[in-house]
Amino acid sequence: MSNTVHHSVVDRENDYIHAGYGLKSWLLTVDHKRIAILYLISITIFFFVGGFFAFLLRLELMTPAGDIVSAETYNKLFTMHGVVMIFFFLIPSIPAVLGNFLVPLMIGAKDLAFPKLNLMSWYVYNIGGIFALYALVNGGVDTGWTFYTPYSSTYSLSNVVPVVIGAFILGFSSILTALNFIVTIHKMRAPGLTWFKLPLFIWASYATSIITVLATPVIAITLCLLLFERLMGVGIFDPALGGDPILFQHLFWFYSHPAVYIMIIPSMGVISEVVTCFARKRIFGYKFMAYAIMAIAIFGFLVWGHHMFISGQSVYAGFVFSALSFMVAIPSAIKVFNWTATLYKGHIEFRTPILYAFGFIGLFTIGGLTGLFLASLATDVHLTDTYFVVAHFHYIMVGGAVMGYLGGIHFWWPKMTGRMYNEAWAKFSALILFVGFNLTFFPQFVLGYLGMPRRYYIYPDEFQVLNVLSTAGATILGLGYIIPMVYLLWSLRKEKNVGTNPWGATGLEWTTQSPPITHNFEKTPVVTGEPYVYQEEEKVVE
Amino acid sequence: MSNNSDSAVGHAHHFTDMDQQREASTLGMWTFLVTEIMFFGGLFVAYALYRSMYPEAFAEASLRLNLLLGAINTGVLICSSLTMVLAVRDAQSGKVKGLVRYLIATIVLGSAFLVIKAFEYSHKIHEHLIPGSSFQFAGPFGQQAEMFFSLYFMMTGLHAIHMIIGIGVLSVLLYQAKRGRFTAEYYSPIDVAGLYWHFVDVVWIYLFPLLYLVSRH
Ligand SMILES: [Cu+2]
Repeated sequence: MSNTVHHSVVDRENDYIHAGYGLKSWLLTVDHKRIAILYLISITIFFFVGGFFAFLLRLELMTPAGDIVSAETYNKLFTMHGVVMIFFFLIPSIPAVLGNFLVPLMIGAKDLAFPKLNLMSWYVYNIGGIFALYALVNGGVDTGWTFYTPYSSTYSLSNVVPVVIGAFILGFSSILTALNFIVTIHKMRAPGLTWFKLPLFIWASYATSIITVLATPVIAITLCLLLFERLMGVGIFDPALGGDPILFQHLFWFYSHPAVYIMIIPSMGVISEVVTCFARKRIFGYKFMAYAIMAIAIFGFLVWGHHMFISGQSVYAGFVFSALSFMVAIPSAIKVFNWTATLYKGHIEFRTPILYAFGFIGLFTIGGLTGLFLASLATDVHLTDTYFVVAHFHYIMVGGAVMGYLGGIHFWWPKMTGRMYNEAWAKFSALILFVGFNLTFFPQFVLGYLGMPRRYYIYPDEFQVLNVLSTAGATILGLGYIIPMVYLLWSLRKEKNVGTNPWGATGLEWTTQSPPITHNFEKTPVVTGEPYVYQEEEKVVE
Repeated sequence: MSNNSDSAVGHAHHFTDMDQQREASTLGMWTFLVTEIMFFGGLFVAYALYRSMYPEAFAEASLRLNLLLGAINTGVLICSSLTMVLAVRDAQSGKVKGLVRYLIATIVLGSAFLVIKAFEYSHKIHEHLIPGSSFQFAGPFGQQAEMFFSLYFMMTGLHAIHMIIGIGVLSVLLYQAKRGRFTAEYYSPIDVAGLYWHFVDVVWIYLFPLLYLVSRH
């Protein structure tokens, strides 16, 4: 009798979390699921660091005059906010956390192809992070996250060198993760799992990895050149020394525009999984969704010049970049229409993940459409470097990417931990986030249209009402990020009782126990059917 | 790239078989080489831009490079590619002695390249051609020639770093080969290192004409 009890206890603890104890078992792990948890901890810390800067920025902008911080500090705050949020949170967020956890599970593999490289990527990430944090305590950096030359290479007196080294190092962690995903998805799919049976999250991870592998090395060499110029005092980008600053902008945006897709495409993958699960319907137009993801990834490489319409690039180049930028709207629209069509006449269950998906679809649509204003040459001249741009990319990167990330965390939390969070609190905070987000950033569209430039420390009195609204929204938004931290951590105190498949979802990750065992599956799964076979479909067959 | 091998020749636990493991490492290396192409690509773009902006200065600055040493180095690297191929061939057919011999030859040739390169660099120091405060270049193109030498040192320096890494990797493989790690069934590390080595050679094949032969039509 006592034997049986003992046995069942051992069984319940037979998962990746209990595969080893102590700090060393985590710091030296090569299990993709544990590395995902390590990443989750690291990026959450950076998220709150970056969020804290944003809070100070919004506080300063409450009044037209400068009152809380000095102008120099303000420059450093928006720079560090951008650097931390983009390089240390958004780019690694979904790939390094959800991707690491899910890619092997979704394709029925035991691990990623190169587990040691995967662990190494986490260390590389943290080394890059240490450089950035060092620069932070040492007085910060004031170039803007774009590091435009020659200011960054010649004139800025702030900590450009450590931050640039940090961003350079960090790039290699993204490359290692992406390389691992590409090889794993190509070579390690379970028997029967052909390309067009893959979950769309895998397609999204694949497309993201391709972009990462092609674009990240370019920013790496660009930052090398910047460092070379700054440290040696020679002219590569400095026009006073015979260099060409526009070259820096070309190279920078060749990476940084595709980087936007590194942030948003994984979210699209998450949303596809969530929408089809909670609508209880097959995803509408599966193949088009897969093609659209790849099309966005490819078009994304051809539009970088839309950041340079007023920088002095040739007007003919401007025409071409403008036209190509409009083309990106086509695959993006395909995705939005297909999600909507999937929801249409679905039996929608209003659980937390789908609330985030709704948020994503709405905010991404607004962010995408306002992107078209900026892709048009004439309107862009008026809107360049105004708050309109700030609002646009926050709708994509926060309204889109972060909503997708949080939706994904909620959707797969039971799989990752074996526990369910408090649904009421989760719905409440999803709602708060949506309201807070719109209140923060919608007024900024208006501000930008009225002509308030971005990155300015003081502003005319007539803009105050909209700025106060925005700051009020940011406070609500901040609350919306803190609440999930609390109830998600709180859920870890509960019993592990969610079972294998709490959402009744399809996909191989839902066929193994929660949390999964170290090698993911007791037996290598064999795939025979189509993806996303939800009940609705069966009813139609009857 | 063999992770957690249970034994010297077995495949790692998370692969189904040796074939899958070999294919994964090969694809992994090819993907890595794509990132390398993009990495060097940024420099090539910068080079192309400034050469088209300052053609005379680049031609004149290029004359200050030592064509003979550059040509010898090109020959040395082509030979090292040959010995690398022979090493891979012997690894495939399980000839450990030949593998060891050719790995040593490749390492020696690679090191010879670096020694010659070091000589070239030291000449540049004497001639005050290192970009920065000590740079001196007579004639009207001083500033633009400095740009040429900035690119020259970035490109060849980055290439040399890749050579050093390659020699390091080959040395580890040599040590393992001597201890009988590789067989006709398990040789993918040699194969993959060979891909890398050839890539680094090919980069030089582009660097040599771009930097040394600018003014010679
Ligand atoms: Cu863009």
